[in-house]
Amino acid sequence: MERPPAGSPEAGVEVGQVPAIDDIPGDAIPPPALVEAEVALGRDLEAFAPPTPRRARRVRGAWLRPALGFVGIAALLAVAWEGAKWIAGDPWDVRSILGIPVSIIHDPPYRWMPVNDINLPHAWTIVEAFFETDARGETLLQGLLGAALFTFRGAAVGFALGASVGLLLAILLVHVRFLERALLPLLVASQTVPIVAIAPVVVVGLKAGWLSIAIVASYLTFFPVTVAAIRGMRSADPRAYELMRSYAARDRAVLWRLRFPASAPYLFTAFKIAATASVVGAIVGELPSGIRDGLGGTLLTAMQYYSIQPQRLWAAIAVAAGLGIVCFVLVVLAERWALRHYRPTEPGVAA
Amino acid sequence: MTVPQGGAAATPVRAPGGAGPVVDLRAVSKVFAAAGRGAVRPVEALAGIDLAIERGEFVSLIGPSGCGKSTLLRVIGDLTPATTGTVTVNGKAADRARRDRDYGMVFQAPVLFDWRTVQKNVELPLEIIGRPRGEREARAREMLDLVELAEFTGHHPWQLSGGMQQRVAIARALALDPAILLMDEPFGALDEMTRERMNLELLRIWERTGTTVVFVTHSIPEAVFLSTRVVVMSARPGRITDVVPVDLPRSRGVETRELERYFELVTRVRESLRGGEGAAGAPARVRAEGLSA
Repeated sequence: MERPPAGSPEAGVEVGQVPAIDDIPGDAIPPPALVEAEVALGRDLEAFAPPTPRRARRVRGAWLRPALGFVGIAALLAVAWEGAKWIAGDPWDVRSILGIPVSIIHDPPYRWMPVNDINLPHAWTIVEAFFETDARGETLLQGLLGAALFTFRGAAVGFALGASVGLLLAILLVHVRFLERALLPLLVASQTVPIVAIAPVVVVGLKAGWLSIAIVASYLTFFPVTVAAIRGMRSADPRAYELMRSYAARDRAVLWRLRFPASAPYLFTAFKIAATASVVGAIVGELPSGIRDGLGGTLLTAMQYYSIQPQRLWAAIAVAAGLGIVCFVLVVLAERWALRHYRPTEPGVAA
Repeated sequence: MTVPQGGAAATPVRAPGGAGPVVDLRAVSKVFAAAGRGAVRPVEALAGIDLAIERGEFVSLIGPSGCGKSTLLRVIGDLTPATTGTVTVNGKAADRARRDRDYGMVFQAPVLFDWRTVQKNVELPLEIIGRPRGEREARAREMLDLVELAEFTGHHPWQLSGGMQQRVAIARALALDPAILLMDEPFGALDEMTRERMNLELLRIWERTGTTVVFVTHSIPEAVFLSTRVVVMSARPGRITDVVPVDLPRSRGVETRELERYFELVTRVRESLRGGEGAAGAPARVRAEGLSA
């Protein structure tokens, strides 16, 4: 009997026809469709996956294309933005763009309110706003980054708190079936209550501070984690549970060695949603607290000055969006590390 | 071949089963309660099953789709309880035997954990019973040697072909040196060529470890080639209609499939299957497979 060398013709042709799984009771085992789909997926991957681990090489340059794509799309948006203003905005009388002296005088043929200079300031005035200095000689960008850092702390703590609570809830609900029916509707209801209504309750109850901000943020983050974790912890092949049963494995062993690792890909999908939601939660949490150190406070101030300095609000929005992207990317990086040993879902696709 | 002589030598002591059969089924039946509300009748999956399997035997369960052969295997393995009758394994109730880790399970799909390496997959049962790391690693390597996958310990399951994955599953099932190996159509998803090779490998492993095997299949040639006895079942309710002792030479190889006696036995099992199904109509799959053999 010869050992087949890696990449022998054996690979790829191994899995033949998949006979239906018969005489298994419907209640003990979920429908075979799932299992069949998995086998089919396995077969596809088998035809595809090389026998040796594929690693860094492809991944190393992989960030470049998306980064270029992002810049390209941002540029496209700016062009569309300015194009709309060119056609229907306020009259242009531009003397300088980002410090470069120019002279553009143009009278758009149409007038459309949403794109006038108040609602949609020129893209460069927003960029220029970043470098305006205040009374203390601090640029707006510095101020915004400081605020973003403050908000990030609230969001990160909120994310950690929400993810932990969400995970614990999911573990509880997976093991105590009747609780799932009893508790899940309540959890769903909790998410239909607007966060703006919850925030003051938390802030008043706990006194304004970054902890109360984190709790508001966690309120938005726990739910996707719970839902995904429940799904993930039940996602393994039903026979994997039977296998554990045949080893007379305790619930704890099943949780740590099967349910938890099997739910990891689902969890990271939820973490991506939760990461951006936690930023929103942290910002909203700042609003009723009177704390002016974060992006929430900055946005509030900028809103009050909107009619005279709309670019400041837009600048704050840009930083808030940037913070959301940073949080998302952090989760993606963590996911890539944590799932490096998992079956690649789609060959050749990073993230 | 790099396989050490007597692969089972350095293994934990097998639970003393004493004399008597490894598996003893008496008047076993299994009824699945109607799922959900409504007028769905309970399904009688197994009825009046009596079967004794001796130590070291290789017994195949064969029958048409839905005849309850997988259910029978699951009843033996205590993955689902029998409705009536007694299931004795190694002189104990099936439930006790499972808690004593007397079983090794191999399913139709390999059911390996993607996130673990091949080595770690085989170590899984040893981890669960809390064996120290050094022993786990040595034992897993020994088992991977046995299935000739020693070079692939660091790979992940999804980097292996289907046949290799199933061999990992067999290594994992043998890791605890089970008194009885339960296999549910383990090669059903493999192509014919790989399947025949896996059959030879399984025989070699069986000879080397001396374990008792209960093997569910829907392939007549496979059942005859591997077994010491073929148990033929019929559907609805699943019962044993015939037991065919296979008196082929114990040491089998490619040439076994060309023996006169082999063909006779294949024919015998096929007739038995046909008789057992009666007018109910045999599922085409079994019939076609039988004819092509």
